Amino acid sequence: MSVSTAVPGTGGTATGAHNARRMHRADLMRRLSARLTRGEAVVGGIGNTNFDLWAAGHRPQNFYMLGSMGLAVPIALGVALAQPGRRVFALEGDGSLLMQLGCLATVASQAPRNLAILVFDNGAYQITGGQPTPAVAAGADFMAVARGCGLAGAAWAADEAEFERMLNHCLAADGPHVVGLKLDDRPPAGQTERDPAQIRDRFMRGLGAKRSALPG
Amino acid sequence: MTPSAGSADAPPRAAWHETVVEAFKANEVRLIPYVPDNVLKPLIAAVHADPFFTAFPAAREEEAVGIVAGGCMAGVRGAVLMQTSGFATLANVLASLPCAFQIPVLLVVSERGTLGEFNLGQAMVWRTMRPVLEALGMEHHTITRLDECGFVCDRAIKQAVATQQPAALILSPLLTGGKAPARQADA
Repeated sequence: MSVSTAVPGTGGTATGAHNARRMHRADLMRRLSARLTRGEAVVGGIGNTNFDLWAAGHRPQNFYMLGSMGLAVPIALGVALAQPGRRVFALEGDGSLLMQLGCLATVASQAPRNLAILVFDNGAYQITGGQPTPAVAAGADFMAVARGCGLAGAAWAADEAEFERMLNHCLAADGPHVVGLKLDDRPPAGQTERDPAQIRDRFMRGLGAKRSALPG
Repeated sequence: MTPSAGSADAPPRAAWHETVVEAFKANEVRLIPYVPDNVLKPLIAAVHADPFFTAFPAAREEEAVGIVAGGCMAGVRGAVLMQTSGFATLANVLASLPCAFQIPVLLVVSERGTLGEFNLGQAMVWRTMRPVLEALGMEHHTITRLDECGFVCDRAIKQAVATQQPAALILSPLLTGGKAPARQADA
């Protein structure tokens, strides 16, 4: 089971997570997917994060990580630097981000205007049995960490309506953007087809980086 | 430009780092995230100085592999610069990202831990590098000679791209001079 109580030690700031509503990951993914109308690239981190991206409906511009825990943001940064005219979303879990916090400083140093990072924070390693991450006992605040790394606009979404408003901002304004989303402990709505070569091929075609006479 | 070899009879040969830069440019390898290394200093300086490249430091080698993988899939080739101890942090991400997804991520590894190493930690971790590359089935080449450097870099990059496979170029102290064991007190 995941931790469902408020994270201690993060109150007192305007953008603190203490009063953020616990949202449903599959619902947030459907809301995100419905807003992507301009071929935006989406990189889904391992496990339930990309399972729910998949369950929201496959798009040719979606990439689903299988392993390499913590690399959703770096992969998305590479895509964003390679195609500055395309908006890119990195979807990363809290446990995954905790493995690779340094990437936030790297993103800030490159400041890609077309990159948005969505942090899906359920406070737990849900896919391995719901063990809490060390960030929970520590009271670590991922948006405060991101701001401390130089990503000044990083903020928690208080509820679904605010998430929609923040998505508008990610889609219209210059980034890099960071949005924190507190999750409930509901399981994912599906499971990604685990075929890495096919996923890579479709993603490259979806980004216009590969042309092939083979159907696909 | 500082030619490192040559005589009155032969035209001066480019330095190893100039040769690597030439191979990158000839093969459209543009995105260069790196974790610094003393031996790589002239190569890092060269890619920063040339607007052809997007070069910047990453916090970890794993992160740099992710950045190059993302760039490759979006149509811009890249290479990660690191030293031997950095390579030793990579087994999981190499297996599950460029190997599993068949992405031509290039690794350029400055070889520490051999031919005069003074730090036992470096010498110990050096032992793991080629066994890991072999276990992953990754193409890798150790460059020891300046006269072979251009050919090996160019062909290894071309093969990686054509076969959609990652590859490692190991820069031997025989090529670069390595990190001199100046004083025992140095770490």
